[in-house]
Amino acid sequence: MVKSDFGYNSKVEGEVIVTRADAVVNWVRSHSVWPMPMGLACCAIELMAAGGSRFDISRFGMEVMRFSPRQADCMIVAGTVTYKMAEVVRRIYDQMAEPKWVVAMGACASTGGMYRSYATLQGVDNIVPVDIYISGCPPRPEALLDGMMLLQEKIRQEGGSLKRTFRGRTIETKIVS
Amino acid sequence: MDAAALASRFPATQDLAGKDMPTFRVAGSDLLAAVAYLRDAQGFDLLADLCGVEWKDRPTRFGVVLHLLSTTHKEYVRLHVDAVDDRVPSVSSLHPGANWHEREAYDMFGIVFEGHPDPRRILMWESYPYHPLRKDFPLAGIEVELPAADVAEVTGKKVVPAPMMGGPFVSHGGKLSEGEPTALDQSWNEQHPKA
Ligand code: SF4
Repeated sequence: MVKSDFGYNSKVEGEVIVTRADAVVNWVRSHSVWPMPMGLACCAIELMAAGGSRFDISRFGMEVMRFSPRQADCMIVAGTVTYKMAEVVRRIYDQMAEPKWVVAMGACASTGGMYRSYATLQGVDNIVPVDIYISGCPPRPEALLDGMMLLQEKIRQEGGSLKRTFRGRTIETKIVS
Repeated sequence: MDAAALASRFPATQDLAGKDMPTFRVAGSDLLAAVAYLRDAQGFDLLADLCGVEWKDRPTRFGVVLHLLSTTHKEYVRLHVDAVDDRVPSVSSLHPGANWHEREAYDMFGIVFEGHPDPRRILMWESYPYHPLRKDFPLAGIEVELPAADVAEVTGKKVVPAPMMGGPFVSHGGKLSEGEPTALDQSWNEQHPKA
């Protein structure tokens, strides 16, 4: 499944690996996505299940749930985002260092779900840019893992020098070598 | 539970002939004394619930309903209080558990609990201008600013009425049961604006 941009065969190449900087950076990034578990409702229970031994999210380098946004790469919004909580979600997103990704886990985070209500934000993409949407109410842990693997795929295809725009603002991350 | 004792102590008490448990309407001015009497003399030592109600057929629009449980006699009693001028005395000095229930009734209905130690909203944010469980509040909500000005500025978003069409709270015609969540005026939605 992994389309390698780099290869290493010690018999042929000795001690030297030749590749592109982007490929290395993306390889590193995609295999150490430390999540910020933004568990807001029932979906968080499935997020916890994904961390347990049966589903074992650590197979993908994502078991390091970081409760400090400074140390996290990917915010997994698992649950119902109320308007009151939206401010907190946005603020935590702002505190995460670039490059950063957001996964909307479940119907509520993606669209507001069944909460068509005066109190519920109708999709977390109203306030933060979302990379992956996962359907389900709640999604099973397999669905979360599938979504996270899609995110890895997306990360692998990004330019190493990240340039992202969100509502008119351009955010650039440069690789200095 | 000695219903007569309650009625004789508090003459304004009305027996509502509850089908499932003894039910009384007490005057707001008697509420604290009645709850204290029930707690200390009759053993109703646990406040099981306290909630606000909007009545459609009573002269006082809002009321409060309390459920008290006796943990020794395994009995409930229910008290109704009318919120005259939307005000009811707070019972949180007698039952500390009433504190958050009263904040919720204030948040959702705008009933003011006099003497409450911490009269803030509990679910909606403090600057929210409406009381959402009132019957004249549309199910979808009303547009207001986001609670945080900086988030509103960077995202350009507001609190907007939720799309109700096809949602679980929109009836597809026919007769609504009394128990179904309804607003006063259901004739409009995002496809048919309010006239
Ligand atoms: S999508 Fe379903 S399971 Fe997930 S938070 Fe919403 S209601 Fe709960």
